[in-house]
Amino acid sequence: MSFAAQVVNIEKDYMLGTVPVRALRGVSIDFPHGDFVAIMGSSGSGKSTLLNLLGALDRPTRGKYLIGDRDVSQMTDDELSEIRNERIGFIFQSYNLIPQYTVLENIEVPLHYRTGYPRIGKDEQSRIMHLADLVGLGDRMDHRPFQLSGGQQQRVAIARALVNDPKIILADEPTGNLDSKTEEEIMGTLLKLNKEGRTIIMVTHETQVARLAKRQIYMKDGVIAGEGLFPG
Amino acid sequence: MFWYRSYKSLGNLNVMPNLLRTVQLALKSLMLHKLRSGLTMLGIVFGVFSVIAMLAIGEGASQQAQQQVLQLGATNIIVRSVKPPRETASQQNADSFVLRYGLKRADYDLLSKTIPTVIQAVPIRELVKACRFLHREMNCRIVGCTPEYVDMNHLSLAQGRFISDKDRREKTNVCVLASGTADELFQYEDPLGQSVKVADRRYTVVGVTRSREASAAIGGSLSGQDFNQDIYIPLETMRVRMGDLDIDRRQGSFSAEEVQLNQITLRISDIDRVMSTADVIRESLAHNHKGSKDYSVVVPQELLKQAEQIRTIFNVVLGSIAAISLVVGGIGIMNIMLATVTERTREIGIRRALGAKQRDITLQFLTETIVLSGSGGLIGVLLGLSTPTVFQLLKTLAEQFFFESGGASDFSQMFKDLVPQVVPSSLPLAFGISVGIGILFGLYPARSAARLDPIEALRHE
Ligand SMILES: Nc1ncnc2c1ncn2[C@@H]1O[C@H](COP(=O)(O)OP(=O)(O)O)[C@@H](O)[C@H]1O
Ligand SMILES: [Mg+2]
Repeated sequence: MSFAAQVVNIEKDYMLGTVPVRALRGVSIDFPHGDFVAIMGSSGSGKSTLLNLLGALDRPTRGKYLIGDRDVSQMTDDELSEIRNERIGFIFQSYNLIPQYTVLENIEVPLHYRTGYPRIGKDEQSRIMHLADLVGLGDRMDHRPFQLSGGQQQRVAIARALVNDPKIILADEPTGNLDSKTEEEIMGTLLKLNKEGRTIIMVTHETQVARLAKRQIYMKDGVIAGEGLFPG
Repeated sequence: MFWYRSYKSLGNLNVMPNLLRTVQLALKSLMLHKLRSGLTMLGIVFGVFSVIAMLAIGEGASQQAQQQVLQLGATNIIVRSVKPPRETASQQNADSFVLRYGLKRADYDLLSKTIPTVIQAVPIRELVKACRFLHREMNCRIVGCTPEYVDMNHLSLAQGRFISDKDRREKTNVCVLASGTADELFQYEDPLGQSVKVADRRYTVVGVTRSREASAAIGGSLSGQDFNQDIYIPLETMRVRMGDLDIDRRQGSFSAEEVQLNQITLRISDIDRVMSTADVIRESLAHNHKGSKDYSVVVPQELLKQAEQIRTIFNVVLGSIAAISLVVGGIGIMNIMLATVTERTREIGIRRALGAKQRDITLQFLTETIVLSGSGGLIGVLLGLSTPTVFQLLKTLAEQFFFESGGASDFSQMFKDLVPQVVPSSLPLAFGISVGIGILFGLYPARSAARLDPIEALRHE
């Protein structure tokens, strides 16, 4: 069986001065294609650290991380950038749009960093328009982030995450800053993307959000403490 | 080492397809702080302007000199009589009312016969006198000269002929009118064959010259000549009819000057021998005049040296301004870009998460710096094009404060006549310098942006 992503006994140490902090202490998970995982756990348990490693923003101190059949833990900085650009779409809690850019320009950003720097042409432009329509912002293309509500900003971020058609979507508390109605909309969008066959890995604190995922993983002190839905 | 690695990390640049978009987005980020960006550019603006102005003034000075040299003849040496200052004059001539000074016919003989490199010597005598035709009268410069005078001063004839050798030998009473003189005295009549009355003598008009541009003055040694108010007569005729004495009885005072020749123009056989011949001439004349400075030797070629001096002065002054402005401007840009990188740390993290490589970040901030300094450069180039206007303005101001007293030295005279010439190739050069400054001072901030850890950058508030 092939996996969208696979972590094998990964560890991550941070140096806090001279003292090493063991943020991850041996984590192994398989993510089949089309998986939808919610990662839960108390603050400081290592959720963000795991998500950053899964997003190829950093390399594990020890262990293997495979995307497709490539081992990310051995990659150079440029190769990590390529993996992020081609395979992964990020959605952040605080949206992280570029403030001086319009909606259109924000969605366009990942296209500027494609391998070989191909021209941004008609195809790409129509893809941007399509994605903007998908998230319901087709009529807001020349708005700037500060002119949009939180929910709208997060939808721009989703369109941006999708522009290079990644197989894996990583979301760190994507609804953490949103009201419950907007939360439902965003989760609806993520579920739709999952149905299309994309693998979604999401960190969340909220049980009603985690419940929508196919499976739930609990972390504690840098290791996986359990799997499944534990209400309450 | 750092620089080397930085440039190397920029290798394999293949972003051309989206370059326009990159520049456009860079402009967008800069427009976020319009005032800040504008102020940051100022140093570059002045630096670039100074570079262009420096070269324009240098070029203007040398063109001016070359033009004068051409007018006066590159192979010529001009020796002129100069009225000595009052004190020395009164000592020398304490026993006489008559002021005797200037070049003698003996000087002419000496210079024309004893110096082998002098192939031609043209003497002239000038007097300003009232001239009449019928009831019309005007003050003219009467020039006693020889046939060679025409060529030497690039004159040409509109009508008739010039003074001939026969006129000299026979001391005939003929004259040639300059165009201005002819127009004023004769208006609509044909002057040929008519006679003009000068100092109670009549001279038959045998020719009229075409009008010609006045020659430029060269400092205090050689004043500008307006060739259009002249009357030319044979030198020998002038000597016989008017003598060497010029008596001025105006306003009841009596003063008399005795001058044999006002100018001798010497043509030298070879352009490379002009300078050495000038030395010989100076020595011979100094000996003949026993140290009295009642003459001056003007060597047109030396004007080139003067122009070179002006060029050097402006190169030093404006070159320093340019260098200081550019360095200060560059440091200002670096400072602003470092602040920008700190401000936009989160943006850098976002871009890295979306797939930007280190060199993409380097290139982005470098592009912004280059757009910034290049815009400053462009404004500087536009300002540079206005150098002649700006220079004229400054000159007018400077004249009011410094040159009022009128004591025009050679240098200030040259400065007054100077018209800067913008050198076309200086425009891309200066613009290139501004871009270079952008690269030089933008590389460090851009590299420090690229080296930020993506995760740290994303967490930055
Ligand atoms: N850059 C870092 N330097 C030092 N310690 C860190 C760093 N990032 C995270 N940690 C530590 O690693 C542990 C896990 O953090 P994190 O993954 O952010 O937890 P969570 O997202 O579950 O709240 C915490 O103890 C945190 O203090
Ligand atoms: Mg966290």
